[in-house]
Amino acid sequence: MDPILSIRGMVKRFGGLTAVSSVDLDIYPGEVVALLGDNGAGKSTLIKCVSGVYHADAGTIEFQGQRVNFSRPIDARRQGIETIYQDLSLANNLDVGANIFLGREVQKRVLGGLFKPLNEQYMLDQAKAALDALEIHFPDLTQPIESLSGGQRQAVAIARAVYWDAKLMIMDEPTNNLGVPEQRKVLELIGKLRQEGVPVILISHTLPDVFAVSDRLIVMHRGRKVTEKKTADTDTQEVVQYMVGALDDTREQLPN
Amino acid sequence: MPDRGSNAVIEMGADRLADISPLKKSVLLLSRLWAWAFLGSMILFFIVSVKITSDGAVNFLTVRNSQNILVAITPVLLLGLGQTFVIIGKGIDLSVGWVMSLTSVLAALAIRGAFNAGVPLFPSIVLGLLAAVAGGALVGFFNGTLVAKLKVPAFIATLGSSFIVRGVALLMAENTTVSGLPRGIRDYGNNALFYLIRGEGGGLFFLERPEVTGAMLRNLDRILPYPVLLTAFVVAIAIYVLRRTKFGRHTYAIGGNVEAALRTGIPVDRHIIMLYVMSGSTAGIAGFLSTLRFSAGSAVIGDPLLLSSIAAVIIGGVSLFGGAGTVVGTVIGALIVAVLTTGLVMLNVQPFWQFIVVGTVVILAVIIDQSRDLIVGRAQSE
Ligand SMILES: Nc1ncnc2c1ncn2[C@@H]1O[C@H](COP(=O)(O)OP(=O)(O)O)[C@@H](O)[C@H]1O
Ligand SMILES: [Mg+2]
Repeated sequence: MDPILSIRGMVKRFGGLTAVSSVDLDIYPGEVVALLGDNGAGKSTLIKCVSGVYHADAGTIEFQGQRVNFSRPIDARRQGIETIYQDLSLANNLDVGANIFLGREVQKRVLGGLFKPLNEQYMLDQAKAALDALEIHFPDLTQPIESLSGGQRQAVAIARAVYWDAKLMIMDEPTNNLGVPEQRKVLELIGKLRQEGVPVILISHTLPDVFAVSDRLIVMHRGRKVTEKKTADTDTQEVVQYMVGALDDTREQLPN
Repeated sequence: MPDRGSNAVIEMGADRLADISPLKKSVLLLSRLWAWAFLGSMILFFIVSVKITSDGAVNFLTVRNSQNILVAITPVLLLGLGQTFVIIGKGIDLSVGWVMSLTSVLAALAIRGAFNAGVPLFPSIVLGLLAAVAGGALVGFFNGTLVAKLKVPAFIATLGSSFIVRGVALLMAENTTVSGLPRGIRDYGNNALFYLIRGEGGGLFFLERPEVTGAMLRNLDRILPYPVLLTAFVVAIAIYVLRRTKFGRHTYAIGGNVEAALRTGIPVDRHIIMLYVMSGSTAGIAGFLSTLRFSAGSAVIGDPLLLSSIAAVIIGGVSLFGGAGTVVGTVIGALIVAVLTTGLVMLNVQPFWQFIVVGTVVILAVIIDQSRDLIVGRAQSE
């Protein structure tokens, strides 16, 4: 099977600091890949290069077999790369439907297109269908989402991505700031995404979560990818060793 | 990991609003409707108190009074309309007062120039309107570009441009007033859709101003003067745009979360520029109308109205933090300010009390608004 996303030799520097250093990465359809590493390892920077927030200094990105070069996040989104940030991509003062259609509102044409009011009903119905598809149920979709909990909002963001036909979902610490039950719901949603065949790159510090949902994991240390393993073939202890730099597949292991 | 077969339904829990107590719920409802309630009770208060203090001789709620209030709020409301959009989009436009002055001068110069060059009266007036709106829009474009492209904080950008506009207005007026406007202009600024003559031999007249003179003039009321009609038209457009269109939706989104708006591909910079262009344009209409009303351009007419217009917007429930507010709210806010002012005048209260009362109401409005947030709670903190 061909990878849906293929990164080769990616480098990103901030001044003198090399935040991402020659990283190769492949993501295959329908898999959940965890991206791990200590704070400052370069995880966020790496995925921001993929989602068009940053421009890599070197390296190539192939998405669905095509070389791509996103200059803005919206370019990446248009190709189906959706990024879920903790709270950043929803407008809390708008309702669920408005958020799912944010920036892609559906309009009616009245008097031959002289007036183009929003088609609220259509957007509401579609929003409901999108949530239903993921088996997410809210009592009231017409409330501003600020009345929802963090996990509920995360669910809205995920439903939006799925509705707009995400080909790759990137989640940067999606369960941060969430209570434990809410975290579980988000993890369930990630499972649902996998069922739907949407590949996920998951950045998380919560190792039990990572082991619960991921198929594969990649550990970064100081900008470099230090290992890549099937989740089933490793354990927490080993992963932590990679995270802190005690283990590193890219350098010759010293005999002990 | 949830297994495929379990088909677990993700119940995202009850809406937080449903969780809160009935007491909190009613406080919440009250905070939403308070402006209506306040306006209503204020009108009642003035009806009663004016009656009592005048020993039953004076009536607060007369046709004439209501029309006076409507005329009084047109400039404040027009300034407030553009401001409503700007503030919902998390900005502020401190230049609207002086923009109104500048555009009053522009309208006067355009009308006088055109008329003296032989253009008939009505087309001259239309030219005046166009000049005023174009001038206001241009200042708005300047403001918007400073804010959106050069990232100058809105407060500073519009404060600075306000001074510039002030200077330009005084320069163009070559003093403070542009006079020498054609005579007929007064009619456009003061005529009304209906005229009502009270008492015997009276009646309701449509469009044509009945010939009345002398003592009978006191029985003549103008109903829906043209400036009020034009303002009502602009209000209707503003309601439609803010509530029903993509533009309105994006305005809320930008005010609510600029980051989200950017990520979803909303053309944020262009939109912000447009908000200031709108604000300048409605200030332009206000300037034009004041020129019609007083048959002269005034380079100082708008300045005192800036703070009243912001007060109206805030009382009407627009949040200075962006992302919340409605046009109808602003209309009510403007009505509250005007009713307060008129009522206090009729009670023969010394004028400085008006300021004290309006100021108190503004602060009260914000407190009520925030108590709503406290009750609902910031969802983030969960
Ligand atoms: N915009 C930026 N400007 C300068 N340095 C940055 C920027 N973003 C990240 N960095 C630096 O790059 C390194 C990697 O950061 P980041 O990708 O956020 O790490 P992670 O997400 O793994 O915690 C850190 O040393 C961080 O300080
Ligand atoms: Mg990070």
